[in-house]
Amino acid sequence: MNFSYFPHTEEDIQKMLERIGMKSLDDLYADIPQEVFFSDDKEYDLPSSYSEEEIRRRFAELESRNKNLTIFAGAGAYDHYAPSVIPYLLQRSEFITAYTPYQAEISQGTLRYIFEFQSMIASLTGMDCSNASMYDGATAAAEAVMMALASTRKKTRVLVSATMPEHVRKVIDTYAKYRGINITTVAHTEGVTSLEAVKAELAAGDVAGLLAPAINKYGIIEDFTGFADAMHEQKALFMVYADPSALAAIKTPGEWDADIACGDGQTLGIPMNFGGAYVGFLACKKEHVRKLPGRVVGATKDVDGKRAFVLTLQAREQHIRREKATSNICSNQSLMALYVTIYLALMGPKGLKEVNEMSYGGAHELYNRLIATGKFTPVFDKPFLKEFVLNTTLPVDKLQEALLKEGIFGALQTEEGYVSFCVTERRTPAEIDRLINVINTL
Amino acid sequence: MKYYDRLIFELSKEGRTGYSLPRNPWKQSTNDIPAELQRTTDTGLPQVDELGVVRHYTNLSNMNFGVDTGFYPLGSCTMKYNPKINEEMAGLNGFKNLHPLQPAETAQGALELYYELNRSLATITGMAECTLNPFAGAHGELTGLMIMRQYHLLRGDLKRTKVIVPDSAHGTNPASAAVCGLDVVEVKSRPDGTIDIESLRSVLDDTIAGIMMTNPNTLGLFETRILEIAKMVHECGGLLYYDGANMNPLLGRCRPGDMGFDILHLNLHKTFSTPHGGGGPGAGAVGVAAHLTEYLPNPRVIRTADGRYEAVTGKDAIGQVSGFLGNYSVLQRAYTYILALGKEYIRYAGPLATLNANYIKEELKGDYKLPIDTLCKHEFVFDGLADTSTGVTTLDIAKRLLDYGYHAPTIYFPLLFHQSIMIEPTETESLETIDSFIAIMKKIAEEARTMPDELKTAPHNTPVRRLDETTAAKTPILTYTELKNQAE
Repeated sequence: MNFSYFPHTEEDIQKMLERIGMKSLDDLYADIPQEVFFSDDKEYDLPSSYSEEEIRRRFAELESRNKNLTIFAGAGAYDHYAPSVIPYLLQRSEFITAYTPYQAEISQGTLRYIFEFQSMIASLTGMDCSNASMYDGATAAAEAVMMALASTRKKTRVLVSATMPEHVRKVIDTYAKYRGINITTVAHTEGVTSLEAVKAELAAGDVAGLLAPAINKYGIIEDFTGFADAMHEQKALFMVYADPSALAAIKTPGEWDADIACGDGQTLGIPMNFGGAYVGFLACKKEHVRKLPGRVVGATKDVDGKRAFVLTLQAREQHIRREKATSNICSNQSLMALYVTIYLALMGPKGLKEVNEMSYGGAHELYNRLIATGKFTPVFDKPFLKEFVLNTTLPVDKLQEALLKEGIFGALQTEEGYVSFCVTERRTPAEIDRLINVINTL
Repeated sequence: MKYYDRLIFELSKEGRTGYSLPRNPWKQSTNDIPAELQRTTDTGLPQVDELGVVRHYTNLSNMNFGVDTGFYPLGSCTMKYNPKINEEMAGLNGFKNLHPLQPAETAQGALELYYELNRSLATITGMAECTLNPFAGAHGELTGLMIMRQYHLLRGDLKRTKVIVPDSAHGTNPASAAVCGLDVVEVKSRPDGTIDIESLRSVLDDTIAGIMMTNPNTLGLFETRILEIAKMVHECGGLLYYDGANMNPLLGRCRPGDMGFDILHLNLHKTFSTPHGGGGPGAGAVGVAAHLTEYLPNPRVIRTADGRYEAVTGKDAIGQVSGFLGNYSVLQRAYTYILALGKEYIRYAGPLATLNANYIKEELKGDYKLPIDTLCKHEFVFDGLADTSTGVTTLDIAKRLLDYGYHAPTIYFPLLFHQSIMIEPTETESLETIDSFIAIMKKIAEEARTMPDELKTAPHNTPVRRLDETTAAKTPILTYTELKNQAE
């Protein structure tokens, strides 16, 4: 066969067919009803085979219809610095062309980096343990909600703060609708989750947990003083959705005495790439580990006493428990877990701190200069890190259009009609000048 | 493979760094964050230089086995070759820097790729439209079942809360059904793993939302009575869900849509050659028949009358199952693969995979017990060795294969047999590779008779040998901190 992915020569095919007592490849489909057999006179509605050069040209054509913008937006995807080492190491074929480490003896590479990932997520979030990763932050949050119900007895309702990022809330709602989970939104006051509102809901006695964001959809760093105590008094769980990058600077879910932490690892240097692939994480206190969904790697020894790593606590999982499993998830986002593990190894405590310093410095510079234009006013007077919302006197569509014309993506409109901006360590003083110049022309 | 016993934390030394950031040009500092909102504990992250990090992960990779290392006949996982041009196309800067929320007019190329891949998958499966948003096969199953429920809910047919799952199904099927709030009705398989039509008939009533089927099933056998099954389920008002884990042999020869399936998921990391990545990221595209397109999750990518592409939301949609448009970089790879195959070569992927499987089955069926001796599709299942007198188990055979430089097949699944060995060679393996594998499998069968102890203690040549899994589960050590505490 004259195609580079198929090694079979005509001779090979004939020899193999003979061995199994068949005459043609079609004989291999003798068990398929004639009515549904896709015979040679039928054809998929697909283009003819592309050579590599033609594939490159096709992608160049597609790329030319995409525009690389200067990103002053967040809302779930952040333009952070990506060290050059990472894509290089991720292409090691022993990592990328392997599957789930079922055969531990020849998968110690995968098992070790997952163990490192779990360790780093646990220490960053201040939790005892973590699973091997989730699909993304939004599905990790949905799984956290289900986990809260599984971990508490006779509780039927989960509270979700009104300040949760919108895309995360939407995914939670979808899962909740079909699983039959009762979700109650707790109000915010002055842009932060209201402890009073939480306490009022807790009084009913049917609450399994509360999910609230460490940095919320307005960019505000929430103050969870009193939250964990209020939850634990009612034997309910406190769950925090967190940006893991920011946790080098701000108080961690563990320091707030949360029971579960979840979030999206995209902020740990993963390219935005139009929304994926990213990686979610789910970490918890040790007492809840047997309710964790997904893969978990543990340390052990081999028969010779050598240190080794293995998939463990599998009694929670679908291939053993089927419909009684803690979740239907049967994979993780392994290669992206490797991505953030290498990222965190390179950045270390100082690098991650510096990323936050620069994002904070740039965001506050932009905030002050936007206010100084006289066209923006503060919405909330609360501490923020790299993302913030403002009121504006400008028509938002005109504002966005003018920025786009200058190759800038920013001023996203929130549900409430505010505009949001985000500044990461990748933004320069010249880029902020350019953004302010555009606004001054309006 | 060489044993390398370090963890990144053990390379750490105070004062080392592996990053390179520009000088901080700003005046304001995180010190201004109120003290009660600042982190006070250590991050616990290691401090390692760049080469230290590169060597560490290179050494780790040397303890791993991938498709590029050698033959990987892992049943139901379709470990085919992952073309390198896919990687090149997934790394392009014109996609990498796109923010998922940037306006459609600045991401027309990205949206067009999504749309074109969607159309391609629809024609390959015979469905009307797909969503590419689900992140994995199991996530696709969940999305597909949500669509099934939405269809019944919006028709006001609220009684349909049960879904039929054959006992031979992948474990994710019943687990996905449970997450979707459906009760599982298990139907028994006949001895050959196909569905027992009479026992199916007996459970069909107006509480059935639908049936989940894998075709070919997990024994690699085609459900020949599929048209009859489709008719029965549709007549009772249910929908048919196709688990696309085993779609590979049908590529080019048979379309689930033509068989009567209403909903399906595809594993792009299996059938469409995107790398498995050590367990992800994958992609679980979901396709539906024309009467279900309005329920596809948000956002959907459409082509407008004037040829532009847009991401839109629908009022009858099940909602969002992902933050954005799924594992987009995986979609870039799958699209590349379909372009490379084109309509000419995609027709051969299924037949060649099926040819390879049948050839291995015929060659080995004397040495290994073949419970169902019939034409298979892309994979088949042995029930251990033909000669059971040696006491050598499927686990021993699997571990011995590692010694000879092969990945093991899927073992102890499906649950229909006690000693299942599920072999799936895929179409990208040559006759020479397959003949070598057959020779080794025969050698192992011989070794089971002549030196069984060597097999029961295998593997011998791997970086580590059999592991103590019981202690790992009983006293779980899940982080470096716990590992250190245990040592002290």
